[in-house]
Amino acid sequence: MAAAEEASRPFAGLSDVSISEDIPVEGDISVPVGSSRRDDEFSTLDEPVKETILRDLRAVGNKFIHVLYPKRSSALLRDWDLWGPLLLCVTLALLLQGGAADSDDQGGPQFAEVFVIVWFGSIIITLNSKLLGGTISFFQSLCVLGYCIMPLTVAMAVCRIVLISGSGNVSFAVRLVVVTVSFGWSTFASTAFLADSQPPNRKALVVYPVFLFYFVIGWMILTFSPSQ
Amino acid sequence: MSAGSGSRNTNTEPWGSFDDNLIQGGGSAVIDMENMDDTSGSSFEDMGEMHQRMKEEEEVAAEAAATEDDSAEDGEFLGMKGLKGQLGSYCEVWQAGKRQASRAFNLYANIDILRPYFDVEPVQVRNRLIESMIPVRMINFPQKIAGELYGPLMLVFTLVAILLHGMKTSGTVIREGTLMGTAIGTCFGYWLGVSSFIYFLAYLVNAQITMLQMLSLLGYGLFGHCAVLLITYNIHFHFLFYVLWLLVGGLSTLRMVAALLSRTVGQTPRLLLCGTLSLLHMLFLLYLHFAYHKIVEGLLDSLEGPNLAPMQRVARDVPELNTTLRILGALPRAQ
Repeated sequence: MAAAEEASRPFAGLSDVSISEDIPVEGDISVPVGSSRRDDEFSTLDEPVKETILRDLRAVGNKFIHVLYPKRSSALLRDWDLWGPLLLCVTLALLLQGGAADSDDQGGPQFAEVFVIVWFGSIIITLNSKLLGGTISFFQSLCVLGYCIMPLTVAMAVCRIVLISGSGNVSFAVRLVVVTVSFGWSTFASTAFLADSQPPNRKALVVYPVFLFYFVIGWMILTFSPSQ
Repeated sequence: MSAGSGSRNTNTEPWGSFDDNLIQGGGSAVIDMENMDDTSGSSFEDMGEMHQRMKEEEEVAAEAAATEDDSAEDGEFLGMKGLKGQLGSYCEVWQAGKRQASRAFNLYANIDILRPYFDVEPVQVRNRLIESMIPVRMINFPQKIAGELYGPLMLVFTLVAILLHGMKTSGTVIREGTLMGTAIGTCFGYWLGVSSFIYFLAYLVNAQITMLQMLSLLGYGLFGHCAVLLITYNIHFHFLFYVLWLLVGGLSTLRMVAALLSRTVGQTPRLLLCGTLSLLHMLFLLYLHFAYHKIVEGLLDSLEGPNLAPMQRVARDVPELNTTLRILGALPRAQ
């Protein structure tokens, strides 16, 4: 009879369970009834998808503006994201794709090559700045370096447009000026963000690899020649 | 439970097991010649590993105690013991796996091991760059070689950038692989490969040099290469290149050779080591200039007109030059 009772009420023995004081108990035992009003301002699960995407796009666009007018602000560093760098890297690689595409002349940079250069270059510069005693975190630095490729991507687009009209000496001079200006802009923008995180006497040691990195990317852009 | 873990006794043998030495971090009493003037932080690895082991012992003790308490409570729940036990064992497996993974990660991805090698000031780097071109005559007493990696690494990247510039302006055609890949592979391959090879030879002849010092020495020796290539990729006179090759390349080779000589004993070992290094270093500069640089005659013609024609003819038709190229094997490749 007791066994039948227990079988019909399988959890009867739990009703008088007590938990001793010295074992920390954590968890949420509230039973969800509809949507919990308490979590509304933190939960973004219920908003329309358009809002979610627009919020991220606005954040990315905000950072682009910060790169265009580089002043000492922490917006790029505080909420880092890697969407912008990915977008810029893919755009740059696609723009560089169509160059010198003869079947037996593989001299032009391929898509994967640009990708690898940008990401591994950024990783190496980040490691270098961390090893030199920088206070910036790994992903923050990747974010800054990626976003500062934007002037060079714009220069690439301009170069392609200039190349449509011809590839003589004048176009080369115009492209040289555009690439040099954007290279300087990129280097200046990234050092405005990165150099603050270094001890003051070692800024030059951090700036030099950034200079080399953007120089290589600028070189790839300048020497791009479209296939005939 | 946390108080006892520091002096946790894992002795299982009556004579006291080996664990004690590991926990207390007993260092070796032998002073290694390698570390005599080395600025390497080899003690960092030992400290890091010891610290890691101590943390792990604490964690294991904490978990073991926690699971013991939990299993004592399990008995009170009717019908839940089996389920809790299964969950508990899955949990333990996951915890053990996580612990192993984080231990491996902390040990191998710990870039702090490299931190002491990057501890330089810009003034020091500049001084070392200049000193890499000045051979020091003292070969009876071991010369001081800086053990840092920042300067050499930056010089290798600079060499890559200069190579790319030279390859593109001369219209080099690479059949397989890409220009970037070739440049990076060449420069890093030379730096790491030749350093390792010379270090291996030094180990054979018992020369007093560490791998870090070799990497540093060869890295700074690339400064001369960078300077020569930067000049000669833009000014296309072969005569100028030969002069610079002997002068600048020779100076930086002499510097490295003197440093090695001061750390090697015996005539034959000195000859072997320094001969190999100077041969490889000078030949590398020659290779970089000729294999990745072809005079683009069309470009020169259009820019300079008839004034440069005699120079061009000399550069292309000098038979000794062609012979040199053929010997080095560069000419068949360049075609």
